[in-house]
Amino acid sequence: MTELKLPSIDYAALAPILIMLGAALVGVLVEAFVPRRLRNPVQLLLALVAVLAALTMVILNADDRLITAGHAIAVDGPTLFLQGAILILAAMALLLIGERAVERGGAFVAHAAVTAESVDDRRQAAGAGGTTEVYPLTTFAIGGMLIFVAANDLLTMFISLEVFSLPLYLLCALARRRRLLSQEAALKYFMLGAYASAFFLFGVALVYGFTSGIPNRAAGVDFATVHAAVAESSSSQVLLFAGMALLAIGLLFKAAAAPFHVWTPDVYQGAPTPVTGFMAACTKVAAFGALLRVFHVAFSGAAWDFTPVLGAVAVLTMLIGAVLAVTQTDIKRLLAYSSIANAGYLLVGVLAPSKDGLSGTMFYLVAYGFSVIAAFAVVTLVRDADGEATHLSRWAGLGRRSPFFAAIFTFILLAFAGIPLTSGFTSKFAIFAPALDANQAWLVIAGVLTSMVLAFPYLRVVVMMWLSEPGDATPTVAVPGALTSAALVIGVLATLVLGVAPAPLLDLANGAAEFVR
Amino acid sequence: MSNFPFLSVLTVAPLVGALVVALLPRRSPDLAKLVAFAWSLLVLVLSVAMWIAFQVDGDRFQFRESYAWIPNWGVNFTFAADGIALVMLMLIAILVPLVILASWHDAESSKRSVPVYFALLLVLECTMIGVFAAADVFLFYVFFEVMLVPMYFLIGSYGGHQRQYAAVKFFLYSLVGGLFMLAAVIGLWVVGGKTFDWQALSQAEIPTDTARWLFLGFFLAFAIKAPFFPFHTWLPDAGGAAPAGAAALLVGVLDKVGTFGILRYCLPLFPEASKWFAPWALALGVIGIIYAALLAVGQNDLKRLVSYTSIAHFGFIGVGIFAFTTQAGTGAVLYMLNHGLATGLLFLVVGMLIARRGSALISDFGGAGKLVPVLAGVLFFAGLASLALPGTAPFISEFLVLIGTFTTNKPVAVIATLGIILAAAYVLWMVQRTTQGTLNPALTEVDGMRRDLSLREKVVVAPLIALIVLLGFYPKPVTDVINPAVKATMQDVGRTDPAPEVGSVQEAAK
Repeated sequence: MTELKLPSIDYAALAPILIMLGAALVGVLVEAFVPRRLRNPVQLLLALVAVLAALTMVILNADDRLITAGHAIAVDGPTLFLQGAILILAAMALLLIGERAVERGGAFVAHAAVTAESVDDRRQAAGAGGTTEVYPLTTFAIGGMLIFVAANDLLTMFISLEVFSLPLYLLCALARRRRLLSQEAALKYFMLGAYASAFFLFGVALVYGFTSGIPNRAAGVDFATVHAAVAESSSSQVLLFAGMALLAIGLLFKAAAAPFHVWTPDVYQGAPTPVTGFMAACTKVAAFGALLRVFHVAFSGAAWDFTPVLGAVAVLTMLIGAVLAVTQTDIKRLLAYSSIANAGYLLVGVLAPSKDGLSGTMFYLVAYGFSVIAAFAVVTLVRDADGEATHLSRWAGLGRRSPFFAAIFTFILLAFAGIPLTSGFTSKFAIFAPALDANQAWLVIAGVLTSMVLAFPYLRVVVMMWLSEPGDATPTVAVPGALTSAALVIGVLATLVLGVAPAPLLDLANGAAEFVR
Repeated sequence: MSNFPFLSVLTVAPLVGALVVALLPRRSPDLAKLVAFAWSLLVLVLSVAMWIAFQVDGDRFQFRESYAWIPNWGVNFTFAADGIALVMLMLIAILVPLVILASWHDAESSKRSVPVYFALLLVLECTMIGVFAAADVFLFYVFFEVMLVPMYFLIGSYGGHQRQYAAVKFFLYSLVGGLFMLAAVIGLWVVGGKTFDWQALSQAEIPTDTARWLFLGFFLAFAIKAPFFPFHTWLPDAGGAAPAGAAALLVGVLDKVGTFGILRYCLPLFPEASKWFAPWALALGVIGIIYAALLAVGQNDLKRLVSYTSIAHFGFIGVGIFAFTTQAGTGAVLYMLNHGLATGLLFLVVGMLIARRGSALISDFGGAGKLVPVLAGVLFFAGLASLALPGTAPFISEFLVLIGTFTTNKPVAVIATLGIILAAAYVLWMVQRTTQGTLNPALTEVDGMRRDLSLREKVVVAPLIALIVLLGFYPKPVTDVINPAVKATMQDVGRTDPAPEVGSVQEAAK
């Protein structure tokens, strides 16, 4: 019998993950022991401090290129870059989650167990402080995402997928207002998410079966083994293709790519807006981090086989996102479809198998994350007595009522539309250029054509805000508290800076754009 | 003095001015107007200094400056001007102060912030200067797209009837063209060795098929911008809805970006593709001349009518460019300048007329010359300049285009000549229906129609009239600047002028 050896673990390299998971556990204890009225500030502080500490560790580890914990975790350039991105974006999302000045008690329900639409429910909606379990849940999700982008084998990836998905399902259900919508969103997300996880797990099993069919090699699901198996396999590849397809389904679901996108608009609309922002930015980074790693590290040998399929998915995603965005009348659903289209653009980057493609995709993820959180931050501010006013017709004439926020939102929309001097333009360039370089002109053309379509809904909102006269139904913009203001300022400034002077971040992404295997 | 960084200073100056104007308090609109006007005069002074510093027999590109921007992609802030760009920069510098002066009261009627209107005009000036001064394809693209934003708000916020529709249509049309160009720009970057520098790219070897596709991407953007038939439908809407000053800039300068882009980017970068597509481009130009002129005849809205005349004129410019002779090319560039002056004047005068009457419909006028004789006279002059009467500047350019085209492509030249007749029809008929004939009794009841041109308005029209007459008789200072640049462009395309056949006749006579 072979002797079991303890794998060596590089705790410093794992520190960001450990800090986040540790903070989540402490957060649970805070729920138990800290008096109710102190919980919100304590929890927020704890989560923010943990994120900053983890970010510090990521920065200190910046030169690490290693595989640790028995081939389970790879800490390399993309891992560190994406972990840093997730942490920064998560910090912004936490600021929105912690905001209590815009709505009394914050955006979250006080007692999630109260029946929706009941008398008690109306009472809790009117004032009681929001539940503070959201912080440990968010922290758990962040920790899971950090593992997700660092996972070096498919099982670790699956576990981290669950670690960050389960808290998200819960978070979706915790909106203070329109609770039925929120609960429906959570249930939908959970059912479909569980389904996608099952696909992923089945894919892992099939890939394991595939690797065990290679003679003279140990079977396994770590990426180095899979990579070697793909390179050496000479016999039937049915297991490989089936496994790859199922894995892709699981990951594309999280990335909100068509045809696995149907949950996105409902969930984005129903979830509390800060959580929507968190999902739109951080989940996207995590999902594409995993997609990049799986397809660039494990299956790079089969690039000829998956590129046409994923390319078709990318085109379909861009098309569906752009075309359906045109018909939306709710700002959150519009942003959801825009997020789907952006997933398509990101897939174009994933399919450019070069260093530039990898760094461009990572750049896009960061740039988009900043803009989208800022966009949802504005959405939390436009409100009336019933909470957020998300129907587009209500935004008419907002430019007259509050020119400052309308101007900010216009700027973000122009960024989404890819107008130069915003990060939306530079990031599109960062993705399209390597794709064209890799002879994927058809993807670039599809990207350009859908960008045109997508410009229309954005423009419609701009027209609505500026060129229409305000009516009685035009809501006011709430004065943002310090937390929302901070998130908004960071997001808008990043959108501007990455559009005007993207060189530093591009350098960083370039330096990080190499996987270890 | 030629070491002075003219182009970057010229680009940045209006932007700084725009910030200053925008930050002025909303309650003191007069201050904002004065500051904006003074600032645009400053830009004009700088431009004149640059014109003087430009050496006519010097290098093709002068005032070159280059600063690193995004080194990862080889993007630089590179500015350089050849004769063509210099002329266009001069046109901007002349038109903007006049437009500001002419728009003195335009923004007040819209209930929107007055300082913002003038700030937007200055932002527009910044992007217009940038687009002509850029010698880096990426930088050019950035200005090309950003230019849409101030214009969008000028039309959408301060425009007249149907402004929302017009603003969105304008933005979407231009954006569609721009995105095609973006694909082409990226393609050019990939095949051209990952650089955006114009001079490096013009030396690049590009495979024939790729070059044709890239040409198409650029050409589509420019054809929409110019606009050429059949991409023109946004212009009458935008021109009709925009406030008169913005409309003057829209057709006077903004649309020239399209023809300028063809001359600067399509022809030198893709010479083979340019020749291959030339018959199509010529056809579009000729159709535009006739079709737009016919539509202009039928318009009842003054601003839409002027917009259609512009489309016809852009047909002439297109024909001049794709005839590939120095004469026609010089004519086309000269036309870009003269059209800016003449149509700019026409738009401004029409704007003054509309502001007085409160209506843009020709049928609401009639015999206005009896009430406002000076204004009617200026309108008549602007109309004559627009139909290229000999003695006005546009005549020379139109004539150059036609004879330059005749040497290489007789049928096109002959059909294009018909456009002149139609031009006479739409201009004279418009003048007749608005200012001549019996006085429309409704006009006398409108207070505004009793005021003839004020001193401010006279100051606006006088320089334009003077320039149109001056360049009509003595275009040499301008042609001297244009000629070398056009010659160089034609060399890039690899076309030499056909040898004049009269030479042999003269020799036989000896």
